[in-house]
Amino acid sequence: MAKNKRSKRLHGLSMQIVPFSEVKELGIPQRVKKILSLILNNKIVVLQGRLRSEEEARLIEDTMALVDHVKNFKGIELAVIEPNIKNAGFFVKMKYGLAKSLIGDTSSMTVIGPASVIKEIKRDPKQLELFFG
Amino acid sequence: MIRIIKDFSKLFLRRENIRVGFYGPPNAGKTSLANVVCKDWTGEEMGEISKIPHETRHVQFKEKVEIKYKGKSLTFKMVDTPGIATRIDYEDFLKYGLKKKDAKKRAKEATQGIIDAIKWLDDMDAVIIVLDSSQNPYSQVNITIIGNLVARKIPVLIVANKIDLKKADIKKVEAAFPEYEVVGISAKERINLEEFYEALMRLAKKV
Repeated sequence: MAKNKRSKRLHGLSMQIVPFSEVKELGIPQRVKKILSLILNNKIVVLQGRLRSEEEARLIEDTMALVDHVKNFKGIELAVIEPNIKNAGFFVKMKYGLAKSLIGDTSSMTVIGPASVIKEIKRDPKQLELFFG
Repeated sequence: MIRIIKDFSKLFLRRENIRVGFYGPPNAGKTSLANVVCKDWTGEEMGEISKIPHETRHVQFKEKVEIKYKGKSLTFKMVDTPGIATRIDYEDFLKYGLKKKDAKKRAKEATQGIIDAIKWLDDMDAVIIVLDSSQNPYSQVNITIIGNLVARKIPVLIVANKIDLKKADIKKVEAAFPEYEVVGISAKERINLEEFYEALMRLAKKV
């Protein structure tokens, strides 16, 4: 019975993987718009790579503007997980930095979902835990 | 170009004109700390505090706060900002006993407050990020705020507030942000404020 309840609740949960190649040519407003249009369709977006800090700030700003104008939209949950290279050697860091500057940050992963679907994302340095509401 | 003009103008900025912003997630104690600093050095408080999140929904200022501490002096404009969050649900406020109409109003004001707080980042010379040391510091909002400050080359001091709470864990905050100075305090209980003022002086020197 409990199992049925749970599967009923998660029914219709939709996830969209967005490869880095799909957003790399877009400017900040277009990237944010693309992400938010998916979120407004109740999709959980898994983005290859990560947004730049100014894009994340813009995403929060635009999200707040939408909360004000779109009925039942409560905002987003957002988290990034990236490879831990803090303790890596000089050459590994250099290789990572070079690849990042040439082709963008594709080794990270960003999860963004509607706050009405994702209650909370708990992040520690190594893992992400999604709690559904 | 704007960045270059800003960097250039900083060369001629008098130290007493610096703007120090208080940033962080909601209910971390930004206004509590701002009140402590204001009360200590101007005799007045900065703003209302509450257990209900998003009590500060407008950017608040205190002009010319002058700190004289251990022979050093610092005058600055203090800017207390609304807590930055990625979600606002008026129903969360109902749990604190607010009426539906008031909760909706609070939510509307809170969303605008967040937008304003982000816009104000450009105008800061230094920022104190206030975190609740009893909460998980690895939140994307904290990382986003710090990332934006780094991109703007704005010096940062992290204050791990509420160290009087049992669940407080300063080491976790330090581990989350190893590149920044972290000062553990309790604004409410006035714990470790001397260390905070010393760190504030060091922060102002970086401007």
